[in-house]
Amino acid sequence: MSARRIRDSGALLAFTFDGRAYEGREGDTLASALLANGVRVVGRSFKYHRPRGIHGAWSEEPNAILDVTIYGKTWPNIRATTQRLEAGMDLRSVNARPTAEGDRLGLLNRLSPFLPAGFYYKTFLWPDWHRFEPRIRAMAGLGRLDPAHEPPADSPAMNARCDVLVVGSGRSGLLAAREAALAGGSVIVVDDRFEPGGTMLHREADGAERAAVLAGDVEQAGARILSRTTAYGIYDHNLVCCWERRDGAPDRHWRIRPKRIVLATGAIERPLVFVDNDRPGVMSAEAALYYLRRHGVLVGERIVLAANNSRALGVADALREAGAAVTVAVLREGASVDAVHGAKGVEAVTISGKRIEADCLLASGGYTPTVHLFCQAKGKLRYDEAIAAFVPGAPVDGISLSGAAAGDFGDYAIAPAWPNPGAKGRQWIDFQNDVTLKDVELAARENFRSVEHLKRYTTLGMATDQGKTSNMNGLAAMAAVTGRTIEQTGTTTYRPPFVPVPFTVLAGRRRGQLFNPVRRLALETQHRAAGGVFREYGGWLRPAFYGGGEADDEIRREARQARETVAIFDGSPLGKIEVFGPQAGAIVDYNSYNTISTLKPGRIRYGFMLTEGGVIYDDGVTVKLADDHYVVSCSSGHVAGVVARLEEWRQDRFDPAAVFVHNLTAHWATLTATGPHAKALVAALSLGVDLDDAALPHMAVAQGSFEGGAARVARVSFTGDRSYEISVPASKAPALWAAMNEAGRALDAVLMGSEALLLLRAEKGFIIAGKDTDGTSMPHDLGITGPRDKRLGEYVGKRSLFTENALRDNRQQFVGLAVADGGPALPTGAHVLDETGGKRRSAGYVTSSYESPAVGGPIALGLVERGMSRMGEEVSLFHLGETRRAVIAQPCFFDRDGSRIDA
Amino acid sequence: MTRHYSAFGLLREGLRGHSGWQPAWRSPQPKPRYDAVIIGGGGQGLATAYYLAKNHGITNVAVLEKGWLGGGNTGRNTATIRSNYFYPESVALYDFSLKLYEGLSRELNYNVMLSQRGVVTVASSPAEMEMAARLVNAMQINGTDAELLDRDGVLQKAPLLNTSDEARYPIFGGTWQGRAGVARHDAVAWGYARAADGFGIDIVQNCEVAGFLIEGGRCVGVETSLGTIHADAVALCVAGHSSVLAAKAGFQLPIRSYSLQAMVSEPVKPCLDTVVLYPGTGTYLFQSDKGEIVLGGGLDRVPSYAQRGNPPMQQTVVSGMLEMFPAFGQLRMLRQWAGVVDVVPDSSPIIGPSPVSGLYLNGGWGTGGFKAIPAGGWLTAHLIATGEHHEISRPFDLDRFATGRLVDEAAGSGIAH
Amino acid sequence: MQLFLCPFCGERDETEFTFCAEAGKTRPEPAAEVPADAWARYLHFDHNPKGATREVWLHATCGEFFLMERDTVSHAVAGSHSLRRPEA
Repeated sequence: MSARRIRDSGALLAFTFDGRAYEGREGDTLASALLANGVRVVGRSFKYHRPRGIHGAWSEEPNAILDVTIYGKTWPNIRATTQRLEAGMDLRSVNARPTAEGDRLGLLNRLSPFLPAGFYYKTFLWPDWHRFEPRIRAMAGLGRLDPAHEPPADSPAMNARCDVLVVGSGRSGLLAAREAALAGGSVIVVDDRFEPGGTMLHREADGAERAAVLAGDVEQAGARILSRTTAYGIYDHNLVCCWERRDGAPDRHWRIRPKRIVLATGAIERPLVFVDNDRPGVMSAEAALYYLRRHGVLVGERIVLAANNSRALGVADALREAGAAVTVAVLREGASVDAVHGAKGVEAVTISGKRIEADCLLASGGYTPTVHLFCQAKGKLRYDEAIAAFVPGAPVDGISLSGAAAGDFGDYAIAPAWPNPGAKGRQWIDFQNDVTLKDVELAARENFRSVEHLKRYTTLGMATDQGKTSNMNGLAAMAAVTGRTIEQTGTTTYRPPFVPVPFTVLAGRRRGQLFNPVRRLALETQHRAAGGVFREYGGWLRPAFYGGGEADDEIRREARQARETVAIFDGSPLGKIEVFGPQAGAIVDYNSYNTISTLKPGRIRYGFMLTEGGVIYDDGVTVKLADDHYVVSCSSGHVAGVVARLEEWRQDRFDPAAVFVHNLTAHWATLTATGPHAKALVAALSLGVDLDDAALPHMAVAQGSFEGGAARVARVSFTGDRSYEISVPASKAPALWAAMNEAGRALDAVLMGSEALLLLRAEKGFIIAGKDTDGTSMPHDLGITGPRDKRLGEYVGKRSLFTENALRDNRQQFVGLAVADGGPALPTGAHVLDETGGKRRSAGYVTSSYESPAVGGPIALGLVERGMSRMGEEVSLFHLGETRRAVIAQPCFFDRDGSRIDA
Repeated sequence: MTRHYSAFGLLREGLRGHSGWQPAWRSPQPKPRYDAVIIGGGGQGLATAYYLAKNHGITNVAVLEKGWLGGGNTGRNTATIRSNYFYPESVALYDFSLKLYEGLSRELNYNVMLSQRGVVTVASSPAEMEMAARLVNAMQINGTDAELLDRDGVLQKAPLLNTSDEARYPIFGGTWQGRAGVARHDAVAWGYARAADGFGIDIVQNCEVAGFLIEGGRCVGVETSLGTIHADAVALCVAGHSSVLAAKAGFQLPIRSYSLQAMVSEPVKPCLDTVVLYPGTGTYLFQSDKGEIVLGGGLDRVPSYAQRGNPPMQQTVVSGMLEMFPAFGQLRMLRQWAGVVDVVPDSSPIIGPSPVSGLYLNGGWGTGGFKAIPAGGWLTAHLIATGEHHEISRPFDLDRFATGRLVDEAAGSGIAH
Repeated sequence: MQLFLCPFCGERDETEFTFCAEAGKTRPEPAAEVPADAWARYLHFDHNPKGATREVWLHATCGEFFLMERDTVSHAVAGSHSLRRPEA
């Protein structure tokens, strides 16, 4: 016999374990249900595939890890002690085939003498590790991922502030919470168990009732209690992160910022270290009491209780009362556990040379305060001989500890019973990762004596139980082996999380379209209605092209027609950053490679913005509306960056009272008409602007009105054709769109997406910063040397244009590349090869490449070493092993005399 | 006693309870004088010491470590090794390192578990595919292995990747470097330490450098928590803390320190066979031999020397992973940690003489120091032994910041380190 | 998640802030008279102290650049100051 249920309550719940059917009771955890059914072997250990049973009762459990299938979905690596049983669950042991009971790899246990800690560092050297790796990998791992199971991104996040956060709702936590709440503070209590009460619930005969009353008092006083909520980490400035489980709703993430934290997290019982202490049926004494009082499950008929401390020994009476025969071995009286008999379940125990028939061995080595959160908050520990455990040392600002977590065990006596080096047989320290006392001794022998080396070399404490039952015994063993004290040996660093936390909870809803959300156009609906196919450009979702045909065909159709009639293009994301004030001219000059302020009001200038490193950050036009009013336009992806740099210099270099920067990008919608009929189209809109070329020449701006609101008409062209950019308040965008479409009907206008525009500008050799330039390109690499050579005064990046590197004569320069081998368009990303001296190297690359309808063939742009002085030279290009030929050319392939701008 | 590691040795020791294994390294007290003192007992420092002995016959060397060896960034990184770089200078450095890694386990007689399982870098748009082509062509021209993958090719390497149309960053294709992979990071430090110790080099743990002995503008030794140590040459191999030591020697560096976080899941049976980098989300990950998903992402945004995680970046990295692999939503985060890394304006390392003669620099590794351990050590040893740059380290000299000759991978390929 | 102190808005989450530079750097000018190494020092070299530091930060939410004193190890924030010139 072994464990059984002695008190039935709650509805029956059917479940299976390793293919066999069982029944549990409502309120069961997976562990209590398995125990109640007499299941002894619930899993196999990570390395040696030793049979393992349930050891603990809560998050410290090292052995009972299961894959759980429910509602057709499998969740791997569920800790049986903390998961509630539900009807219809299929439980599978991990790391065992076909079942935990009959695992084929159980034979590995026989090979254990040859598989000590770190054996893999000493072998698999020939021919190489990667040959052995697949088989080793297949043997490692615990549960199995279900490839078809994609949990939804539905976990909400809650942010909270409070005066006092109490972690743990045992007696000391509830008392601290009640006191704080009665004093008038806002109080939150979090606790990872199913209901408040902590150890009161199983330690005290009528504990459940008393805990309920106390919890009621706490809530009456105004505190909020969150059960099933684990405070898993303390981060900077005492931010406490918690994971809350809920019935019928997704788990929640809590980020709580308290003024004061009370840690009432209790203590965890340590196993004893003796030969074969990992046998199924060797359990924690605290757990035995828990299963009895909380689940009505008696863990054995004939129980041996071996303990070195009064708290664990106190369990005996309750077990006897429940009907078990209990033999007590008090280790402080010199008793020792010599042997545990029974490979798949305790059959007998030899204590101090005497064999005792038994079906369960409760072994307790004392209790360790749960100080994880205190240590995460940089709290230091000190070793307390009186309770043989590390306890919190010097206080940490804003954090106090209460109850067992503070080392306050009440009436408690313990005789240290630490691991005994040199003993024969295998004594487990880390159950899940199969680390034995011999492994610790080997680590010491090989000089892995630092606790951090011990952890990494043996993997002690690195299992999914986070070493809750093993760390203390491990470092005590290292202390004993090396002749140091436990305090000198020290602990490893405590890091979050306290228990493994679901990734879905950490990620929350920040998934899919909510992961870095795209920016959307005011006219998205209209574009979609017109057949727009959307792609992302610089963070904006924009129409790439219109129509249902092949992308390339539609793009070329739009490009061709734009050159023939007129195209309508939505340019709204283009930056519109307004700069006002007496120093506006000075700041836009400083911001720009080209001097801007010398423009006449109403005129526009194209130029670069450089980084302080002299590299082209962005290009764009700046409009001068008045001496004290400019509009800086930049590419859509750079708006935030340009605003930030203008603002930085405004505050750092200029007088913030004399210049003001205002980003109006989202406030204005901009629609562009470009092509030979552009003027006719704009004229039909009746914007109240004189469109005569004398009044509004290329690179000029005029103010008009549209439907009673402002309208700004700028003659700026990115296609090389006559173009008008019409900006109106975003609220008027639909009306302007409708009006332009209406006016365009008679002119055979075409809607143009971003791709056709990219093609048209490439025909003219106009760059896209960041595509046709890279993070090393300087203005003189594009042949724009005027400001560098002549401009007086400071501007961003100036000094860097004169470094040794900037003055190199072999810089990569912006050029056109004409296909010379009769082939199709060059692949973008192909490299220009330099093979002088017999050594192959890159001398630049293709940055843009298209089949151009206007040119009637392929065109390409690129960055090529010394390119501007190599016009007409034929070069080889390399692409994925293939070679192409091209001739270096001027970047402008179309309308070289620029006559179309006024055509 | 067994010093040499082999399957036979393991069998023999297994029969006698593993009682005959020698210490992997000694714990000596430092001598008053050495030919060379290496500050920093991480991978770079230990490799430097090893190659000083092996390549140059210089064995009167001490490695001084303020904590436990391998406890800095060597023990805190995500163990990825690759040479998928754009500029020839970078490829020369990292491919040299990869080649040294390929023979390292046998050379050191220590299994560093190099697993050349390949690295996929996913491209999520036509524009990223063009950049991917640019990178692959550069790598092929520079003589390292690289392939351009289409969407099916990427999904073949990592079948659990998100194929949904709703994915924020859809898969268009990607780049592949098959020789890239991962290694067991601790083992690299331990293997070099054991081999260096075998040459008689003193590895001194718990020995913190408090200052430098500078006479006539030349560094002639160090003041430490264990006393004064004289040396003909001193090397700083303390990435993450380079600025702190440089300040003690009286100069500044073009470095800022940031935390870099990483985390692992609970272990599961094999479900991912390659390393996957996803520039769209910034997350990269692989599955360790133990079965844990190891993941990391970008640097924290706040300059810091605190070796601890931070929720905002953690959420970004985890969200990024679940965007890539929705099925990993079944898993839980088991551990998280952070290292402090040297961040240099061009994200390339600094190897070369410092402004103080006799004092050499090996730092500025950013997030990529682990993969460069063999090369970084080799080149630093060359520098100390000869006083001259090896041709591979020359471009990474500190002088590049004044000349403007930065080696900025992000500038060329758009892909960060 | 750190809490930073904006001199105008008070304590806010770190995600609202952007690091700009170490405090106390002055841009060397005019460019024609700045030696290469002086420019490199301004552009790239820093104290990068472990411990107490003074830095310029941007509170992106309100748009103000300000000076913050903090500790790069403990992350304690000692104080923040406006960079605005005193009112004339």
